[in-house]
Amino acid sequence: MSDLQAFQAETRAWLKENCPASLLGAGGGGLVGTWGGRKWQPENEDQRVWLERAAEKGFTAPTWPTDVGGGGLSKAEAKILAQEMRALGVPPPLIGFGLTMIGPTLLQYGSEEQKQEHLPKIVRGEIRWCQGYSEPGAGSDLAGLQMRAEDKGDHYIVNGTKVWTSYADEADWIFALVRTDPKAKKQEGITFLLIDMETPGVSVSPILLISGSSPFCETHFQDVKALKSNVIFKEHAGWTVAKALLGHERSMVAEAFGGGSRRSLADRARAYLPGATADGPLPDGGLRRDIASFEMEARAFGLTMQRSRDAAKAGQQPGAESSIFKIVGTELNQRRQELLLHIAGPQALGWEGEGFADGELATTRDWLRSRGNTIEGGTSEVQRNIIAKRVLGLPD
Amino acid sequence: MELILTEDQELIAKTAVDFVGERSPIARMRALRDDGDPAGFSRELWKEMADLGWVGIPFAEVHGGADLGLAELTVVIEALGRGLAPEPFLSTVLLAGQLLQRSGDDAACARWLPGVCAGDTILALAYQGVTSRYDAFSPSVVATASGDGFRLAGQAIQVLDGHVADALIVSARTSGEQGEASGLSLFVVPKDASGLEIVRQSRVDGRNAALVQLDDVAVSAADALAGVDGGGPLLQQTIDRATIGLCAEMLGGMQQAFELTLEHMKTREQFDTVIGTFQALKHRAADLFIEIELAKSVVMAAARAADEAGADPGELARHVSVAKAHCSEAYVHITNEAVQMFGGVGMTDEYDIGFYMKRARAAELTFGDAAFHRDRWAALGGY
Ligand SMILES: Cc1cc2nc3c(=O)[nH]c(=O)nc-3n(C[C@H](O)[C@H](O)[C@H](O)COP(=O)(O)OP(=O)(O)OC[C@H]3O[C@@H](n4cnc5c(N)ncnc54)[C@H](O)[C@@H]3O)c2cc1C
Repeated sequence: MSDLQAFQAETRAWLKENCPASLLGAGGGGLVGTWGGRKWQPENEDQRVWLERAAEKGFTAPTWPTDVGGGGLSKAEAKILAQEMRALGVPPPLIGFGLTMIGPTLLQYGSEEQKQEHLPKIVRGEIRWCQGYSEPGAGSDLAGLQMRAEDKGDHYIVNGTKVWTSYADEADWIFALVRTDPKAKKQEGITFLLIDMETPGVSVSPILLISGSSPFCETHFQDVKALKSNVIFKEHAGWTVAKALLGHERSMVAEAFGGGSRRSLADRARAYLPGATADGPLPDGGLRRDIASFEMEARAFGLTMQRSRDAAKAGQQPGAESSIFKIVGTELNQRRQELLLHIAGPQALGWEGEGFADGELATTRDWLRSRGNTIEGGTSEVQRNIIAKRVLGLPD
Repeated sequence: MELILTEDQELIAKTAVDFVGERSPIARMRALRDDGDPAGFSRELWKEMADLGWVGIPFAEVHGGADLGLAELTVVIEALGRGLAPEPFLSTVLLAGQLLQRSGDDAACARWLPGVCAGDTILALAYQGVTSRYDAFSPSVVATASGDGFRLAGQAIQVLDGHVADALIVSARTSGEQGEASGLSLFVVPKDASGLEIVRQSRVDGRNAALVQLDDVAVSAADALAGVDGGGPLLQQTIDRATIGLCAEMLGGMQQAFELTLEHMKTREQFDTVIGTFQALKHRAADLFIEIELAKSVVMAAARAADEAGADPGELARHVSVAKAHCSEAYVHITNEAVQMFGGVGMTDEYDIGFYMKRARAAELTFGDAAFHRDRWAALGGY
């Protein structure tokens, strides 16, 4: 038996023994994801137990080094772990921007003290992070950001406003881009700074979205004191760190699309189409072809992600993958949401209350939420600019 | 399955790309067309490709092959696709040659495959009639029993490289109904068989094809690969595998067409700047680039799936349909956009880009277009 086969057998046994039975199967026992953090209340005891056990084993952050609490797995082993989790229907023990965004960035750019300070808390789900990039006047042109951090010796005084800060109201810390040198060229006066959301002067106001929920906020900073020991990499060199983090973010937004065993679109369509039979061709030929076309492109996309992972495993340098994945993954997710609307027909029009099944109401809201996929993390247009410039070498 | 080239495959790919750059630029294909070359390809170059071991890649060592798979063959064909090389890989290696090899008919293999591997023998597959469209089970050739053999009558169209083939494999209905897999037989017919008439056809992409007329051509039951009435599944599987090869060619062609277009975007000036500065073009170029990246993945995956021993035919068919649907749309889209971005010169015969647009369309309409493969995907998925 090869090492990887042994790892697979061990991992499967460990998962079976440690993931509580109530969480197994499609949808992780109906859990909303485990985000962790000081304010987090587990939905049930099993959810808490699963987080604790997985964190202990390092499986919340499988590829991070063991000295910060990670699993220390190779990419090949992590792939096996993911496969085994999918096969058994094990839900992710922990999700969030700590694991997908600031964590990988700290591993790359953080000092040893910073890694030791922040990464273990992320692994254990103790601290939840949010992202303070966008401002009212700085979206796609992120480098035009204005939030000011004034030098006061060993600390800064921060003043300004961030916007679209997802889950700022539930987060414990924020990784923020601040302007430390207003005279420098716009990319060169930015610093990447970590700020505790409990610091006096930080306040958040949730923003209501078209989907009816308020996952993101406007975040205000009024004379907020932030220690310089929380600068990542170097003062004024935050743009480099910011771009690295965006790469991680794009991959995450795209990957979010890939996962999970889902009921097939054709089966859902059968439930709504008059005259549909259990195994015959769908009576709506247009819908049938749209479903096939979507599924085939989704497979092509999945294979492309796999190809990129296999190349990375073999030590090849990544190119513009994160931009490609961001564009394709998000557009596919939007197509899927639209297909679900088309499948449900008028039953996809519910907002709340009588006459609509829960799944139908979710379809409506998910569709609305999915429109943000091609905006968040850098719009699709911005990704195309990046590909045109960095990969294709087309001039400005 | 790992979606990455092995060191050996990298080496083959590099050799092939260099070879195409030096020996088979698009100018060669243009010259063959302009000179009205009677073969329509270079026998000399074909022989060289055989000497390099490329022609024999998927054939057994006893016949002079390398006993490798589509993973290797596709990297060669992809490179050749960059230069639109018209050499008979599709007809001789992927269709007729593979049909022989996969039939397990030792006598027929021993008779034809050594010549194929050596680059001396050209083979062709005659399976489509005017009304068959993409259905491999509806030939226009009928076999009528006669003595202990059959007589073949009917027509096959667009038989790739039929005009130079030393032998044809003819798909004929021996029993059953059109559209059914059973009742199809695949007969090996040497080019000098009496009653066989082969006329070269002229196609938009300049690729070699022939109209084959059969007028009471006598064949024996022993000439039927996979037995009388038993050729259907073998034919379909072979076409599926050949489709992966065609997709590899398309992948090479789309990359070359895209690179030519990028070059043009960086050099053509209008409004006192190069046209590549215009965002309306940049974003489209980015989209084309993405389509190519996806095409690379689906071709690689399909080739590897086909090489896996005991591959599940349904799963392989899915891989093939994904690859062909994607490559068809991508190649056509990329070359349409290319001509648009070249502007007026893109419409001239003098510029090469038109060759790619024509070839894209021919390849799209070979072995099923995207709509055909979506339909097949849905059927395979039980909806
Ligand atoms: C669901 C969601 C969650 C988010 N979460 C966070 C978060 O947690 N933290 C955070 O900091 N931000 C977050 N954002 C903000 C997000 O990063 C910005 O919305 C995004 O970068 C776009 O900026 P903008 O909204 O100011 O749009 P604008 O930049 O004003 O863009 C408007 C339109 O113009 C186009 N455009 C702009 N510039 C160009 C150009 N050069 N070429 C072509 N077209 C262009 C854009 O593509 C877009 O279509 C989130 C956004 C969404 C939708």
